[in-house]
Amino acid sequence: MENLVLQALSGLASASSLFLVASGLTVIFGVSRVVNFAHGSFYMLGAYLAYTLVTQLPRGHLGFWGGVVGAALLVGLIGLAVEVLLLRRIYRAPELFQLLATFGVVLIVQELTQMVWGAQDLLGPRAPGLRGSTEILGLRFPLYELFLIGVGPVVLGLLLLLFHRTRWGTLVRAATQDREMVGALGVNQRMLFTSIFFLGSLLAGLGGALQLPRESVNLHMDLSIITEAFVVVVVGGLGSLTGAALAALLIGEMHAFGILIAPKITLVLVFLVMALVLVVRPHGLLGKPEAAARGGQGSAEPMIGPAPGPLRWLALTALGLAVVVPPFLGDYALSVLTELATAVLFAASLHLIMGPGGMASFGHAAYFGLGAYGAALAAQWLGAPMLVGLALAPLAAGVFGLVFGYFCVRLSGVYAAMLTLAFAQIAWSVAFQWVEVTGGDNGILGVWPDAWAAPKLVFYYLALALCLGATLLLRRVVHAPFGYALRAQRDSALRAEAIGINAFRIRWLGFALAAAAAGIAGGLFAYGKGSVFPTFMGIPRSVDALLMVLLGGVQTLSGPIIGALAFTGLQEQLVRLTDLWRLILGAVIVALVLFFPQGLAGAARARWEARHGDA
Amino acid sequence: MVGRVIGRRQILAGAGMAALAAPGITRAQGEAIRIGEINSYTAQPAFLQPYRNAWLLAQEQVNAAGGINGRRIETVFRDDAGRPEDAVRLAGELVNAEKVALLAGGFLSNVGLALGDFANQNKKLFVASEPLTDALVWGKGNRYTFRLRASTYMQSAMLVEEAAKLPVKRWATVAPNYEYGQSAVRWFKELLSRAKPDVQFVAEQFPALGRIDAGATVQALAAANPEAIFNVTFGADLTNFVRQGSTRGLFERRRVVSLLTGEPEYLDPLGDEAPEGWIVTGYPWEQIDTPVHTAFREAYRRRWNDYPRLGSVVGFDTVMAIAALLKKSPTLETEALVDAMTGLQFQSVLGPVQFRAIDHQSTMGAFVGRTVLKNGKGAMAEWRYADGKDYLPSDDVVRTLRPQT
Amino acid sequence: MATLEVAGLEKSFGGVRAVQGVSFAVSPGEMLALIGPNGAGKSTCFNMLNGQLKPDAGAVRLLGCDITGLAPRQVWRLGVGRTFQITATFGSMTVLENVQMALLSHHRRLGELWRPVARMDAAPARALLERLGMADQAARPCGILAYGDLKRVELAIALANEPKLLLMDEPTAGMAPQERISLMALTAGIARESGIAVLFTEHDMDVVFGHADRILVLDRGRLIAEGAPAAVRADPRVREVYLGSGAVTGAH
Repeated sequence: MENLVLQALSGLASASSLFLVASGLTVIFGVSRVVNFAHGSFYMLGAYLAYTLVTQLPRGHLGFWGGVVGAALLVGLIGLAVEVLLLRRIYRAPELFQLLATFGVVLIVQELTQMVWGAQDLLGPRAPGLRGSTEILGLRFPLYELFLIGVGPVVLGLLLLLFHRTRWGTLVRAATQDREMVGALGVNQRMLFTSIFFLGSLLAGLGGALQLPRESVNLHMDLSIITEAFVVVVVGGLGSLTGAALAALLIGEMHAFGILIAPKITLVLVFLVMALVLVVRPHGLLGKPEAAARGGQGSAEPMIGPAPGPLRWLALTALGLAVVVPPFLGDYALSVLTELATAVLFAASLHLIMGPGGMASFGHAAYFGLGAYGAALAAQWLGAPMLVGLALAPLAAGVFGLVFGYFCVRLSGVYAAMLTLAFAQIAWSVAFQWVEVTGGDNGILGVWPDAWAAPKLVFYYLALALCLGATLLLRRVVHAPFGYALRAQRDSALRAEAIGINAFRIRWLGFALAAAAAGIAGGLFAYGKGSVFPTFMGIPRSVDALLMVLLGGVQTLSGPIIGALAFTGLQEQLVRLTDLWRLILGAVIVALVLFFPQGLAGAARARWEARHGDA
Repeated sequence: MVGRVIGRRQILAGAGMAALAAPGITRAQGEAIRIGEINSYTAQPAFLQPYRNAWLLAQEQVNAAGGINGRRIETVFRDDAGRPEDAVRLAGELVNAEKVALLAGGFLSNVGLALGDFANQNKKLFVASEPLTDALVWGKGNRYTFRLRASTYMQSAMLVEEAAKLPVKRWATVAPNYEYGQSAVRWFKELLSRAKPDVQFVAEQFPALGRIDAGATVQALAAANPEAIFNVTFGADLTNFVRQGSTRGLFERRRVVSLLTGEPEYLDPLGDEAPEGWIVTGYPWEQIDTPVHTAFREAYRRRWNDYPRLGSVVGFDTVMAIAALLKKSPTLETEALVDAMTGLQFQSVLGPVQFRAIDHQSTMGAFVGRTVLKNGKGAMAEWRYADGKDYLPSDDVVRTLRPQT
Repeated sequence: MATLEVAGLEKSFGGVRAVQGVSFAVSPGEMLALIGPNGAGKSTCFNMLNGQLKPDAGAVRLLGCDITGLAPRQVWRLGVGRTFQITATFGSMTVLENVQMALLSHHRRLGELWRPVARMDAAPARALLERLGMADQAARPCGILAYGDLKRVELAIALANEPKLLLMDEPTAGMAPQERISLMALTAGIARESGIAVLFTEHDMDVVFGHADRILVLDRGRLIAEGAPAAVRADPRVREVYLGSGAVTGAH
């Protein structure tokens, strides 16, 4: 019994820490609708800055708490700078585009942090006066954890006061509910956005700084907190502070008690919780349905027409090169080209649901990975020849696309995206944990092509044919009635329903189709690499797909293709050229975002249209 | 970046055009011998910076001493960012475009396995430096893959030897939830139960790697009231576990046996909060005064103005092993290299080491000792060098573990 | 038989009775206007007819067939076209494609993955646009169309499935007066020609009295008058509702 009470207290302390980070994320999202990947980086910076300040300032209460508060303020200013210099310029870009920019910031911060503070983990001093422990029911409990338990509710209280008792807070709440309205009322939105970023980043920094007496400061803090923070925000309901507090409490306690029952559950628990909550409550615990942003207003998505002449020539030339040149290339070049082909199909498949479908997915790698595992498991357990494996890949991915999609496409916006992430993580953890079948994180080895396809050139042509074929098929689908129906339900759900379109079914089938296409890419990728690992379905790969689509431009059909080539090609070159590839890649992404807020293909299209008049 | 081979082809516009421009295969006598090295540099910088520093030091030493029959060695480093699929691609690049004579490296087990499988498929030698997974030389072992560092099995066996001497029966385990942690716990349980049939395992915790919820984990372990704890967490997880554990009194009146914790990589960040009295494997760099090690330590300090970590030893010895291999092998053809590697002996910083013919595992050992606090930092005391050859299963057993062709 | 029959329709929102016991019928070829002051319950009533809202009580029958509680897309399949108060079209498609979508949906061809839309049902779509005087706009994107033209596009879409009943919510809102007259004249012509029953709500009394065959007047959720334009115009209750200086008519 005593043990259970202490377990609950431990859960509360974790919940409190989690809430601090999530609160900042949720207020930023609520007002600006920016999916801020850099929030975890701000958290990490808070911890590093606090480490430096606390160890430099004189010892004692003033030095410690001054350092913590100072770090939080500094991080607030960094967040403010990011908003003013970067995000402010791209609020008008297509939905989720800001995510690309914040991802660039993540890469830059990772590299700079390592440059400034070094690679080794740093252990900060403990909090003065809270070093030891106290007895609770005869068991020892750290004082600092008790203090943390108190911090969460205090911060929640202060934030609620701020939002309900000040004019600024009233504006923030109004903006959270209806951004356009607040703008129409003549409120200075710029100031509002900038100040909310300052506050949100400050909270992230504070969350990081307060971990100093608890955990070591290290370079993995950013990514380890960001997904969990997003889960809390979404489970709580986007933009809802109280919801975030409830969600943090739920997840903190589930964690504390979950490990008593199933010690290995930590990998997947938060995602299970999120999936359950979202299936039952599509807008989180306390979230409200988003005001329908897409209306019949002028902000319509651009049309999709046949490719303009020059683009066709460009595409044909590229295709010609892709067919004619490879026999003269070395094996490595061929393997890179093979990888590019799979990247193109992977991105194009995600684009089908993001562009025409109008749904975001943060977990598209699941289907890539399921395709890869489908092929690999068939090869390993059934001794299936490669072509059978390659046929099973889209089947496996498509079937899971149907199952997961059934739940995901009922939701909208970030909720839907996060549910796809939850399913992807569940699939990932099965691959990771079911060692007897999948080999766990050591993966499945020896998934090599059959003898006839073993030469790199043959395999490349196979990959090119399948990927190009599938990509063109997807393109064809977009021009066919089904693709139009997808766009119809995206453009106007009301009208689609009024002309007999079952939006759910169209989205569902679209999702499954995209999943199957991603599965083909995954299957080819598996045979190209000779092995399959859970990383194939990991979050980074889902993010890669997202980046490719956004970088290329979600509003054009050639966007994902160009994005995939640019992103994969750039990364491949940079990794070989310099150890600072993350810094450069991040900077390039930020620059592209600033110069081409509609993506590369979107920018090319805009220039084309400007020169040739409106279509 | 230091050590990156300068003068390689500059940026090529098209991805994948690299191989077009690759130099011809024929090489003049005296041209450098290239080694391809792949590691998770950006994902695991804390371990791999000292590793690469020592690698470069060793390379400089080999070249200063006249190289390999007059030919210099040079290394092309690649960062896999912790992704096995990228490692495989880069391996292809190193082999096909950079024309390296052999591959080396690997830190994460799955990267090591992916590279081992690549080596097997492409018939290229792969000298795995760091990955600990037993599968690398046993379950998934192959002709072309060799491993330097003492494996999970070996290090667990070293600790079991000590654990069996303890007057305790009730054990709890805590390990990161991935292959390394799971294997370590499995071997520890199996070997300890064999050595001491009356032991009981009363609790096990498997926090996600890098995400330990330390307070709850410590509380859960304490609730089971074990007499001793086997710990496999490392890095940030270890730090958080130790902090919560000491504040909550988890380690009081309990014995702790802990993998890798004596390595400076993991002991040093703990500073004056390093736990005392834990039985650990590790690397007491400041106390090893054999001539070979002293020379290494001083050379490292002169070159990098820093003290060596265990990663440094692994990096240095990988180069030394490769140098010994290249001297022994008559040609740079892979099959000749593999034959030369089989049973290769070389002088490691830690003592003489051999790559066993039976499973391609080196006999490099580890230091086993107790942690103490010295001058406000953790250190190892009462340590001894456990030679790897004494902690491997009998040949009969090995033959059942490794696919025999 | 009446095309649409509505009997005892009821709807409350959290205690507010938006529609109470509304019953009426529309015949083929008839133009029936539903009018009433703001908040009278017109839109609620309208949205229950095509399934966007589920009534608390009452029945909606189309050609004698009970359609109460069906989803809008099912109601549409049974032959009910709909235009919205705030136009709803597919902004990323051309005018022609918008109409094609309705036709393709009507012909149940939306599942096709291979043939490009460009070549499917283009001729009938063009004919529909022709009929509504929108042929020259066919290739323009709906996203950049003038509001009045969007209303016509909606009408074309609504006519695509050869409906028996047309529900038009404020069909002329936002249009210039001259446009209003011509659109309603066009609608009335089509309705009579094809025997389509039309039920519309409207604010513009010129439109209502100029084009409706019959008028329903709704106030506070109740039907207070029904009849030919002249009769309704003369009805004192209607005058009171519209002109009666906000004085409460009768104590509820």
